[in-house]
Amino acid sequence: MTGQVLYAQLLYGGSGIVLVLLGLWSFLVHAPLLRKLIAINVMGAGVFHILVAIAYRGIDTAPDPVPHALVLTGIVVAVSATALALAFGKRLDQ
Amino acid sequence: MIDALPLAVTLPLLGACAVTVSPAHARGLGLLAAVLTAASGVGVTAAVWSDGVLRVDLGGWGAPLGIALEADGLSAAFLVMANVVALAVSVYAGGYFKSESARHFWPLWLLLWSALNGLFLATDLFNLYVTLELLGLSAAALGALTGTREAVAANLRYLLVGLLGSMSYLLGVALVYAAYGVLDIGLVAEAIEPGPIAWTAMTLMIGGLILKAALFPMHFWLPPAHANAPAPVSAALSALVVKAAFYLALRLWLDVFAPVLNEAAANLLGILGAAAVVWGSWRALRADRLKLLAAYSTVAQMGYLFIAFPLLAATPPGLARDNLLAAVVLLALTHGFAKASFFLAAGMVQKTAGHDRIDELGGAAQALPAATFAIGLAGVALIGLPPSGTFLAKWMMLEQAMILGLWWWLFVMMVGTLLAAAYVFRVLSRAFNREPTPYRFVNDARTELPALLLGLIATFGLGIAAQPLWALLEQGAFG
Repeated sequence: MTGQVLYAQLLYGGSGIVLVLLGLWSFLVHAPLLRKLIAINVMGAGVFHILVAIAYRGIDTAPDPVPHALVLTGIVVAVSATALALAFGKRLDQ
Repeated sequence: MIDALPLAVTLPLLGACAVTVSPAHARGLGLLAAVLTAASGVGVTAAVWSDGVLRVDLGGWGAPLGIALEADGLSAAFLVMANVVALAVSVYAGGYFKSESARHFWPLWLLLWSALNGLFLATDLFNLYVTLELLGLSAAALGALTGTREAVAANLRYLLVGLLGSMSYLLGVALVYAAYGVLDIGLVAEAIEPGPIAWTAMTLMIGGLILKAALFPMHFWLPPAHANAPAPVSAALSALVVKAAFYLALRLWLDVFAPVLNEAAANLLGILGAAAVVWGSWRALRADRLKLLAAYSTVAQMGYLFIAFPLLAATPPGLARDNLLAAVVLLALTHGFAKASFFLAAGMVQKTAGHDRIDELGGAAQALPAATFAIGLAGVALIGLPPSGTFLAKWMMLEQAMILGLWWWLFVMMVGTLLAAAYVFRVLSRAFNREPTPYRFVNDARTELPALLLGLIATFGLGIAAQPLWALLEQGAFG
């Protein structure tokens, strides 16, 4: 049981770390605003992945609610930040 | 009195809602919210001063599940500085922004203030992330208020850099939660132990914060963003927003990661700080615009604050370390007052002259004696001449560096001080030029008096009456 939990956590947490690294790389390398924004959102998705993986406690146990709350808040923040950056980008395109 | 703690966060938030609902009365409502917020902020500090650490578990839910607000000596010191400066900025902004731009300014400004107070009072690592993001979003939006292309481009860059910093911080928070299962600063501090996880979390969190605190070489976003914002916004960004990131880095360093620190990390921060002092001061000296000069000067002044980290790491706990900590806080607070004063006065000069090119300021500044005097006072504090708070703080840092035998930090601080003197006198020498002596000292009380008062606090208030800060910092688990 614990082996299965650990495996799931490593799988999801590990892919989260891969997503963070991919996002970071893309953020630093690409100049266009849209690519940077998508990159930062991929990074965010990676961090949320890790948090969700932390919350998992096996198929029979309810997951830890705290990381879920963090992810929900994080999504709200990420959406607002993306919206503001897009508004800036739109202003620059005019 | 304990209710003042949540009030410091909720009052500006309510004010932001009120000015959004009723934009026609934005200025009146905004100023009212500003006065009430500043009163609650000062009230919190007074309560910490007399009663010690304040803590409120919001909604009656205690940690680890609930979210607590806490004010100890360190947060109270930053809180009172931020709220006095923010009140002065608000009064100035009341005269600076006219109907249309005022409607955009006040909601964002009060949101920023709410995030700032929240950041100083939050004790939960994730809550701190939320306040950091709110601060970054409202600061970037405020910085772009003029709507010019340069301002929008600079603040878009600021926003993206800020997002990257927050992401790094959040990843660190996730690691901390994975390893220890708690987020409350006090609980994390009890659970933390040296190891790769704590190390990685510290690197990610402090790395994200120095990006937001514009430590060299991550300062590139700051000068254009701060120089292109409207004057009251520049003052708030330079005096308060970068200082908030520094406060959080210091808090994590002292309270959370104390068991896992080593000298290499402290020295790295110190070396970056030293590079910031030299590079920022040099660029300030070469800047052709008054506000750009002030922005580069912020880069340099943030550098001094980070030089404190290796000194702190090398000093054993005791009176010397407490004095050093208080000196660093004093330096940060004095810079907050001085830089706000500088930017507010520079804004006045810019508005009157129609530009802020230093070489062509002759007379324009002389027609505004109060504004020029404020720039001079702020300059005294930026250089670190007696009796400013900076003088006392730098003196104590230099003394400690000598005692520890770390003379190279002393050398860097001397070079920075000389360069600061050069760039301040460069501005002042251009301010006097052939014009007849003006008849009135104060020409526009609403915009000049806040700048003047902040300059007086930085130069005389904090230097001569610095002792209360030591008493305040004794409150709480400091260090």
